[in-house]
Amino acid sequence: MFEPRIVGFLCNWCSYAGADKAARAYPPNVNVVRVMCSGRVDPQFILKAYKAGADGVLVLACHPGDCHYKEGNYKALARHRILLRVLAGHGIESARCRFDYVSASEGDRFIEIITEMTDTVRALGPYAGNTMGKRS
Amino acid sequence: MASKPKLSMYWASSCGGCEVSLVNINEKILDVAANFDFYFCPCLLDTKKEDVEALDDGGIAITFFNGAIRTEENEEMAHLLRKKSKLLIAFGSCAYEGCIPALSNLHTKAAHFKSIYIDNPTVDNLLGIVPKHETQVPEGKLTLPAFYERVRTLSQVTDVDYSMPGCPPEPARVWNVIEAVIQGKTLPPKGGILGAGNSSVCRECGRKKEDKHITRLYRTYEIIPDTEACLLDQGLICMGIATADGCGALCPKVNMPCSGCYGPPAGVFDQGAKMVAALGAILDIGEKKGISEDELIRRIDMLVDSIPDYSGTFYKYSLAGSILGGGRA
Repeated sequence: MFEPRIVGFLCNWCSYAGADKAARAYPPNVNVVRVMCSGRVDPQFILKAYKAGADGVLVLACHPGDCHYKEGNYKALARHRILLRVLAGHGIESARCRFDYVSASEGDRFIEIITEMTDTVRALGPYAGNTMGKRS
Repeated sequence: MASKPKLSMYWASSCGGCEVSLVNINEKILDVAANFDFYFCPCLLDTKKEDVEALDDGGIAITFFNGAIRTEENEEMAHLLRKKSKLLIAFGSCAYEGCIPALSNLHTKAAHFKSIYIDNPTVDNLLGIVPKHETQVPEGKLTLPAFYERVRTLSQVTDVDYSMPGCPPEPARVWNVIEAVIQGKTLPPKGGILGAGNSSVCRECGRKKEDKHITRLYRTYEIIPDTEACLLDQGLICMGIATADGCGALCPKVNMPCSGCYGPPAGVFDQGAKMVAALGAILDIGEKKGISEDELIRRIDMLVDSIPDYSGTFYKYSLAGSILGGGRA
């Protein structure tokens, strides 16, 4: 069975702590990158992840209104909505890039999202990638 | 008298604007002629490929190579000029990062041939004839240079010493570079950028910048923008914020948003992604308190869906050189 490689950008204040509270086994497919805020996730990071061989990318943020820095998650959401349209131009399906909210207490929700994302990307198959980009 | 160092300029998949930019240095072209033997330039001179082949390796001091790599011929000339040149400079946006020709990477070669040679309303092509690499005729086999599946930048096919951004590079910047070489100034480390600044177009743009809150995006035909205020503040997608300086902010000066021809600023690898970052941070979707997740998405989508062509807007010049290089439709 194809095991997708997924890069997860997790906010230090919410989803990273939420992952610590995940008390059941969940798919080991997500490589976690801890960031100080989902608003810190430069869309370049996401493109670089695909270029480096990721089949999917997750950005997990604080719930609306809960951002440690007040607005970072709104900026991350807006970037994600625009990025999905840009990814289409790069031939990447929108299901390969997911944005969602996980609070510090939602261990079960974290497991749910990781499992769903892994299943979704597994069904899509490997990202064919393209090795033409120069400045990686 | 010792012979002057040779200068050459070649065009691959390009429009010819880069050559115009070179001659637009006006009377300085006499200084170029005084210091260099302008040896090879199919647009302006009569020397042929054979004349270049006859030179020793490294026999040309500088080659300005403009144009992207679309065909086998483009690639062959890139390798030849690399071998014969001491300095190979990717001149202009096409050679540097793909430019307009690279937008074709959004579609397949087969789709291009279909729309150009078969579906084109002004072409009668009932037999469905499209260009082929090899064609058998009674007299023998005819060949055309192969048309590649994708457009590549010069540095994706051969070793490049420097790149000069711009569509085309501004004549003043072109002269700065030639002058630096004539005066024997130390050039930046190999692989660097010549003829651009270290900041963004905003540095050269004299418009008044304020805290940005964009409540609606406009296309250029929809409004006549105020001539003092920042164009991005007014809801026009001005790429200046994600574009290297060096042009003198020419477009914003005449009330047109920057479309990004100088490529990503120093430290940025993907111009389109950087524009996503910038735009995502300044969209104003109003009061967010107590709003559902779906409503947040709806408001953002309403704003961003007014841009019809993301690849063509954010990667108008940089698709081939971008991190992912554009996909196939």
